[in-house]
Amino acid sequence: MSDHILEVRNLKTGFDTDSGQVVAVDDVSFSVPKGKTVGIVGESGCGKSVTAMSIVQLLPQPMGHILGGEIIFKGENLVGASSERIHSVRGGEIGVIFQEPMTALNPVHRIGRQITESILHHKKVSKREALVLAVEMLKKVGIPAPEQRVNEYPHQLSGGMRQRVVIAIALACGPALLIADEPTTALDVTVQAQILDLLKDLQRDMGMSTIMITHDLGVIAETCDEVVVMYAGRVVERASARDLFTNPTHAYTRGLLNSIPRLDNVRKSRLNTIPGQVASIMDFVPGCRFCQRMNREGETLQIRPSFEEIAPDHWVEACPVCVKTRDPLSV
Amino acid sequence: MMTSTESPILTPPEVPAGTPILEAKELKMHFPVRGGVTLRQVGAVKAVDGVSFHVNSGETLGLVGESGCGKSTLGKCLVRLHQPTAGSVRFKGKELSGMSQSALRPLRCDFQMVFQDPAESLNARMSVGQIIAEPLLVQKIGTRESRQKTVEELLNCVGLPKGAAQKFSFEFSGGQRQRIGIARALALNPDLLILDEPVSALDVSVQSQVLNLLMDLQNEFGLSYLFIAHDLAVVKHISDRVAVMYLGKIVELADADTIYTNPKHAYTKALLSAIPHPDPLRERTHKPLPGDVPSPINPPEGSAFGNRINHPNYEQTVGMDLSLVEIEPEHFVAADPCCLEAEDWAKVQSMRAL
Repeated sequence: MSDHILEVRNLKTGFDTDSGQVVAVDDVSFSVPKGKTVGIVGESGCGKSVTAMSIVQLLPQPMGHILGGEIIFKGENLVGASSERIHSVRGGEIGVIFQEPMTALNPVHRIGRQITESILHHKKVSKREALVLAVEMLKKVGIPAPEQRVNEYPHQLSGGMRQRVVIAIALACGPALLIADEPTTALDVTVQAQILDLLKDLQRDMGMSTIMITHDLGVIAETCDEVVVMYAGRVVERASARDLFTNPTHAYTRGLLNSIPRLDNVRKSRLNTIPGQVASIMDFVPGCRFCQRMNREGETLQIRPSFEEIAPDHWVEACPVCVKTRDPLSV
Repeated sequence: MMTSTESPILTPPEVPAGTPILEAKELKMHFPVRGGVTLRQVGAVKAVDGVSFHVNSGETLGLVGESGCGKSTLGKCLVRLHQPTAGSVRFKGKELSGMSQSALRPLRCDFQMVFQDPAESLNARMSVGQIIAEPLLVQKIGTRESRQKTVEELLNCVGLPKGAAQKFSFEFSGGQRQRIGIARALALNPDLLILDEPVSALDVSVQSQVLNLLMDLQNEFGLSYLFIAHDLAVVKHISDRVAVMYLGKIVELADADTIYTNPKHAYTKALLSAIPHPDPLRERTHKPLPGDVPSPINPPEGSAFGNRINHPNYEQTVGMDLSLVEIEPEHFVAADPCCLEAEDWAKVQSMRAL
């Protein structure tokens, strides 16, 4: 218990829509050990961002609700906590990096003001002291000439520099947990490599834990200790990064790993694909949703498979078809 | 997924495979930057700055580079969505760059474009059938009935059900929408497709479906592709040859396997080492490249990449001829002392001395 900074238990998050309530995150559980990085991977719409935003309660209002479960952060359940408490946790003890740095930053405020905003909210310091801290943060994230940069606007910076500013804001109050929601998706590969290295270094220096949300298995392999694979609002597999890549067990995980073009592939060979597409959130079956995608029939669609530990710390949604069949998606 | 083997609407090109179908020479696209009260031109964005290459009939030429390097602009110049500032584009031997729009229109049947984001490049107010038939309508081809039949055949070609023609594009998933975009590009039976980041907006499992479709279509109909993307693994998979672009210029061009196994240019090497590998046991060997792609408004006077990495020989490259040389058969690289290994640079110099 105490070696985990965050435990998410049976989290269920839903949205009110015109045609009734939909459940975007359905009974998701995972935990983040102290000082480690946990990756959440999945395709668009699988609920990975909603899971993360549920933790800091940044769900779109008034449609988004946490319907059940517990989010235990440092021994305290954040579900049902007062909004004052959430305000002090979010941006203070839990930092968030958003995907697109241009939309995460306010275009009409100087960089310095945007960093000091959270410092002033969470710490008892004067504006002047906060600005000194902001300059220090900018230096830490590798921005050259930070004394000048604090007085600039976001549009004066390149994409990589903007993302560094977003990281500086997230880390300004020295959070114990960092949630990085697709931090490098909008960036070029060479800049992505810089940012991933920076995050790794900062994590080591500041001793924080990280939740890394991404759809890129390459980023997962480079940064994460543990991986949570999500499909259609549920966790289908959860394991250490090493186990997941060497012994993927759920058919979806295997399909995902197989369908990435790799540099050592034979050129112009046919790529493995996962047939079909994710069902609409309105049509989710109660049972195994990957069976639904594969157009299978039978009782696996009706009964939700149990979540089982098949090896130490290697959990999988044990649908009898998706876990047993090695064809046609075998590794 | 492919069902039609002999589709009457798609025929192989008359240009024999292996000979150039598209040639670009010293192509330049400079956008004016205006300033001051009178909006005088005060500078230029040199988005494409002297690019030469060709695409052979039946092959895929991959074009990679970081955002802002001018790869999309180059694609648009080739199909005259931009009027290039200078240089020549020859398609099947015909010069396109000075041609009037009316003279160009009939030629457009033979080269078509697929855009990056299918959500934005398909008109949400038109049915899928109307979208796919529109190129035929513009070119005044066929009757209403024959066009409808063509649409059905095209839908079949790209693996969509017949009934899709009556639906709207937003009723489809991302991967299916990109299939619609491809069907529209194929409507006029083109020989060359310019694919501008066709799979970047798609999820991995769907991305591989679309890549397979593109490879199938090429095998079946002898299409040529210019495949523009930033994902090096994807580009390697689908391409025969690969061109690497940096700040408006091609810095390296070679056979796809060669460029990945034996890159010569420092930028190509840096790009390759920056790709995250889906293998947690692998250690990354290279330090990430510092800095960002410099602005094309005031590009460095010498080697653009040498400037980014602060190479000690940068000053030496100012005013130097940095054009491509054939360092090995069919392997072209910019003759840039900052970006080549010492022995390669020596080789380039001895070749030039001859």
